[in-house]
Amino acid sequence: MANQALPRPRFEAPDPERGTKAIPKLETSATPLLAGKVSEVPDALFGGAMRLCGLAVVGILALIVFELLHAFGWKFFGLQDWNPVEDQYGALPFIYGTIVSSLLSLVIAVPLSIGVAVFITEMCPVGLRGILSFMTELLAAIPSVVYGLWAIFVLVPLLRAYVQPFLATTLGWTGLFSGPPYGIGMLAAGIILAIMIIPIISSITREVMTVVPQHQREAVLALGSTRWEMIRIGVLRNARAGIVGGIILGLGRALGETMAVTMVIGNRAEIAKSLFAPGYTMASVLANEFSEATGDLYLSALIEIGLALFLVTIVVNALARLMVWSVTRGQPARGSV
Amino acid sequence: MERDARTAREGLGLIMASAISVPNPTIIPPISWRRRTLDHVMTGVAILTVVIVLAPLVAIFGYLCYKGIGSINIAFLTQTPKPVGEVGGGMANAIVGSAFILAIASLMGVPMGIGAGIFLSEYGRNRYGDAVRFVSDVLNGVPSIVIGIVAYGLVVIRQKHFSALAGGVALAIMMVPTIARTTEQMLLLVPQAIREAAYGLGVSRWRTTLSITLRTATSGVITGVMLAFARVAGETAPLLFTAFGNQFWNLKPDQPTAALSLQIYTYALSPFDDWHRQAWAGSFVLIVLIVGAVAAVRYVVRRGRLAGA
Repeated sequence: MANQALPRPRFEAPDPERGTKAIPKLETSATPLLAGKVSEVPDALFGGAMRLCGLAVVGILALIVFELLHAFGWKFFGLQDWNPVEDQYGALPFIYGTIVSSLLSLVIAVPLSIGVAVFITEMCPVGLRGILSFMTELLAAIPSVVYGLWAIFVLVPLLRAYVQPFLATTLGWTGLFSGPPYGIGMLAAGIILAIMIIPIISSITREVMTVVPQHQREAVLALGSTRWEMIRIGVLRNARAGIVGGIILGLGRALGETMAVTMVIGNRAEIAKSLFAPGYTMASVLANEFSEATGDLYLSALIEIGLALFLVTIVVNALARLMVWSVTRGQPARGSV
Repeated sequence: MERDARTAREGLGLIMASAISVPNPTIIPPISWRRRTLDHVMTGVAILTVVIVLAPLVAIFGYLCYKGIGSINIAFLTQTPKPVGEVGGGMANAIVGSAFILAIASLMGVPMGIGAGIFLSEYGRNRYGDAVRFVSDVLNGVPSIVIGIVAYGLVVIRQKHFSALAGGVALAIMMVPTIARTTEQMLLLVPQAIREAAYGLGVSRWRTTLSITLRTATSGVITGVMLAFARVAGETAPLLFTAFGNQFWNLKPDQPTAALSLQIYTYALSPFDDWHRQAWAGSFVLIVLIVGAVAAVRYVVRRGRLAGA
């Protein structure tokens, strides 16, 4: 859009003049070719247009904030009741569901993704490296609606038939794994989120680990360490800040993930201690209710949830980027694909 | 010698079994069974994590191919959806609708993203550039559903109805930061000498940027565009209340339009077996398109990054 700021006639105007004067000069060659004849107007226009494009990126962010800022007051986040019929809107169950499902996914995904990153960068044969990283990146290329479809028809029945009864009998006393095993619920959402954020965390961990200088590894090995000690002391310790950044980036993705979670979390606005119970997240309530919201207050409430979600992910992402930048020095950490 | 090794060990903070004595003093002490076992165990754990992570990938792809290939047929690719409850029909309108929305998104997002990338690499080696760089990284992490709300506010409320245009706007917003950052990376790879050669011939700066720098990095920039394309191609959340979906053919930008991902979502949550079958077929088509794009991207990156340089 910003490219339209480049008016054609203006930069074509100096061209014929430049051409006619340049050719005679070629014959005499008394003065340097074209010297001082390049018009600065098109340069300034082009530079301006490109700067405008850069500004547009900031503008988009500002626009998002502006569109979401429909005043509704902050007390809204403390209220528990969500009852559109009686115009009662409390966001607490959604905030709870978002936080719990994201944390659950981190608990599952972090050890797995660090393990994968360690294996790919430090242990695996060179021939296998490309294939493995391609496969983990492939996980990032699957659309979330396909994850959701798979979760509904494969993961949820598996959980219902095997995993949940097992957890209930072994860990039921904690209270986290009690109640009827529906399959659908917080646990399913956490697992599918974990599968979705593993590629992000592991690719950033990998990137940060490859930035660690080779000398560090050699120094630790020269002191007589085993390979694992070398990884722990020479690599993981040096890459710590970047790895934490990658984890937070994964958290940011988990907080905002919509489709797959909506399809398996059960969509009930209640706060339950058990992970088997259905829940609701901020993103899913938007997906489910936004297009059928009737009444201004209902719509404002949903937009407010969107704003809250936006602010949380902005803070989380900014934090993560700063941490990754502190290790990789401005090289971008590629999150997806 | 023995002493050196000991300080080294203490420096590492490792616990050595004191029972083990060093038979002949060498610089490298023998590794205790405990450390050796731990090393093996951790190697095993790392391999195990790879297996655990790849299992769902294999499961998803395997199940998708099994279900998808089994349920795809000519009707699916050529017909529009049948009324609720009737068996048969297809998603032809959704496939075309997805392509239509993506075309609108690319028309808006690609020039803007490339422009922002040019700004970052050619004009933005300063604080302003850093700010834009940071904002675009943050923008990359904004949940897609929030982008959907913004497009709803920007387009749908003004138009008073859902439209393909609104869906395109949402996807375009998502494409810009990805394209901007990869374009910047690719332009930075172009050697400074090439730019200077152009300046030396008296070519103006804008012409150098467009015809020399951008031209040299073309394949890389295309890679970035395709990555962004693959990323938004399967998006559902921002289309829910922008493009909205449609049971019929539509190629008007101001009308609600069907999209493959939306159709999969609706059909997956429906109670009908035949719709489930079609959801799998739709997912298969979507994955084939996206994986095809990603594979092509990797091929281009390996073969022809900076092919012109």
